[in-house]
Amino acid sequence: MADLILTPNLDRADDVYADLLAAHEGLDKKESDAFNARLLLILANHIGDRDVLRQALAAATLKQED
Amino acid sequence: MNKIFEVPLYAYERSPDQDAPSPVRHKVVVIGAGPVGLAAAIDLAQQGVEVVVLDDNDKVSFGSRAVCYAKRPLEILDRLGCGEPMVEKGVKWNLGKVFFDDRKVFEFDLLPEEGHARPAFINLQQYYFEEYLVQRVREMQDAGAPIEIRGRNKVSAIGTHDTHVALEIDTPEGSYNIEADWLIACDGAGSPARSMLGLDFQGRVFEDNFLIADVVMEADFPTERWFWFDPPFNKGQSALLHKQPDNVWRIDLQLGWDIDKEKEKRPENVIPRLKQMLGDDVEFELEWVSIYTFQCRRMESFRHGRVLFAGDAAHQVSPFGARGANSGLQDTDNLGWKLKLVIDGKAPETLLDSYDVERIHGADENILNSTRSTDFITPKSDMSRILRDAVLDLAEVHEFARPLVNSGRLSVPCTYDGSPLNSADAMGGPARTRPGSPCPDAPLGDGFLLEKLGGKFILLTIDAEAPDLIEEDGIEVERLALSIKDDPTMALKARYLGDCESGVYLIRPDQHVAARRPSYDENLFRHAIRRATGKE
Ligand SMILES: Cc1cc2nc3c(=O)[nH]c(=O)nc-3n(C[C@H](O)[C@H](O)[C@H](O)COP(=O)(O)OP(=O)(O)OC[C@H]3O[C@@H](n4cnc5c(N)ncnc54)[C@H](O)[C@@H]3O)c2cc1C
Repeated sequence: MADLILTPNLDRADDVYADLLAAHEGLDKKESDAFNARLLLILANHIGDRDVLRQALAAATLKQED
Repeated sequence: MNKIFEVPLYAYERSPDQDAPSPVRHKVVVIGAGPVGLAAAIDLAQQGVEVVVLDDNDKVSFGSRAVCYAKRPLEILDRLGCGEPMVEKGVKWNLGKVFFDDRKVFEFDLLPEEGHARPAFINLQQYYFEEYLVQRVREMQDAGAPIEIRGRNKVSAIGTHDTHVALEIDTPEGSYNIEADWLIACDGAGSPARSMLGLDFQGRVFEDNFLIADVVMEADFPTERWFWFDPPFNKGQSALLHKQPDNVWRIDLQLGWDIDKEKEKRPENVIPRLKQMLGDDVEFELEWVSIYTFQCRRMESFRHGRVLFAGDAAHQVSPFGARGANSGLQDTDNLGWKLKLVIDGKAPETLLDSYDVERIHGADENILNSTRSTDFITPKSDMSRILRDAVLDLAEVHEFARPLVNSGRLSVPCTYDGSPLNSADAMGGPARTRPGSPCPDAPLGDGFLLEKLGGKFILLTIDAEAPDLIEEDGIEVERLALSIKDDPTMALKARYLGDCESGVYLIRPDQHVAARRPSYDENLFRHAIRRATGKE
């Protein structure tokens, strides 16, 4: 089973973060929500592995696993 | 116009049972002459089992209700001797279009696999479906089959005993009593039989209303399934347009929860809605209008001693995916041969428990699929709507999102994985024919595989040797000897052998695989026959 990467994995983290912010510039709340949803689906498809996605879903809850 | 669903098809007639000094005992009584009850009765009577069908009505389904029938039920109907008129009358379709707001986001082709006798789907009004079943019953009666339908016979009380079931029946001429060795309750989603026995029906209610309108029109819309999410003519809701025979079109409009049903059903409210959808200049006539809500639920158990539940009485799904009548026919297909063996004393009563296990597996699969479709079509929260809309927007541009669009996952038969009747897969052939699977059809020169399988236990050998007949504890298994050369298209090989050189399959009367091995082995196949009939 592939493991979700939860250690730093982005080359130029600040640039990537800035890209994310820039993508939302000029969008209202509704447009931003829709944008995020589309982005989420695109990334999920790219990952293409339900196990990894489920690990990501768990990680996003911020609950520590025991 | 005299509509077929307004004409009595099995009018009330006095039965000698009503004048008998004590309750007459029947082998099997079926409550309900809907699609499922009729199919159950035909199946049993074809096997020589005496059966009486009771229905509180005397007509076919009022209005159409079910319109879409899938390949597997058509194959079952072939075995029951009435597939042909259905397929001949039905409308075949392969193309579907999905719209979002005012745009077409994509279209799909069901691309049915070649080499099957029956199409992937037909559309046919439920009243025709039931009419053809009744015609089949009449045909069988003329040939002397032990089958009877009693119209306007309403079951009002049921008493269960170890040895039989007692029934009280109301008729226009008063009530009478009969008994049955076995009772099959096919009395629909509201099943009075279920209530009379005090049984549960658990599940999820969907807070939504759908307006169904069957309209007759000479329109040049193509024979396709059109589904709209959030269309301009039904803002925030969904809509469906689908063709049936005789220029009847099924229109389904989601209305939401807080509505006045009686008001919405009135023609003066329905017609303007339809005009908005179809355009002002399209002439149409309303055949049938109804408003429905739906639930996804099932009984905890489909067998209660000598009472067996089938069809909507046992399980109910949302209409998205056309799984109601389709799965009900698979219930009767599963039950018929088992009940026959038990009645003949050739299998233990506990074989009927496998009906419960296998069809609950089927019902759960159907409920899961139709619940998911419903959640996609009618999002229950802001975020589920945002995600749903994102899928639709993406589907217009990117191929990856199209499989996520769920406007109903159309009915496919289930594989009884893990059934106690299966023997372990000893062949490692194609996954689609592993034990528990419904046999896929395959072309054999001038015919097809499934018609050769029929409705008996069969030992299918493909390029393998085996005896022509095996008898194991009263169960006869005939051999059907084939070679991959019998099918030049190689579908038989692809579906039943894969990379294997040869194969031997034990196939149940409902055309599901019970066991398979690369070659015949007397002991192991005898063992598999015992297992498949509930003896191990
Ligand atoms: C809008 C809509 C669309 C649908 N579309 C599809 C589809 O495309 N494909 C599909 O497969 N399914 C579809 N379905 C589901 C399908 O209509 C049902 O699953 C099917 O009719 C169930 O058949 P049944 O024989 O179990 O029950 P029913 O058809 O409900 O028959 C039950 C019978 O029992 C009789 N009865 C009841 N109580 C008694 C009593 N006390 N005594 C004697 N008789 C009694 C009734 O009169 C009735 O004739 C749809 C349903 C709806 C509402």
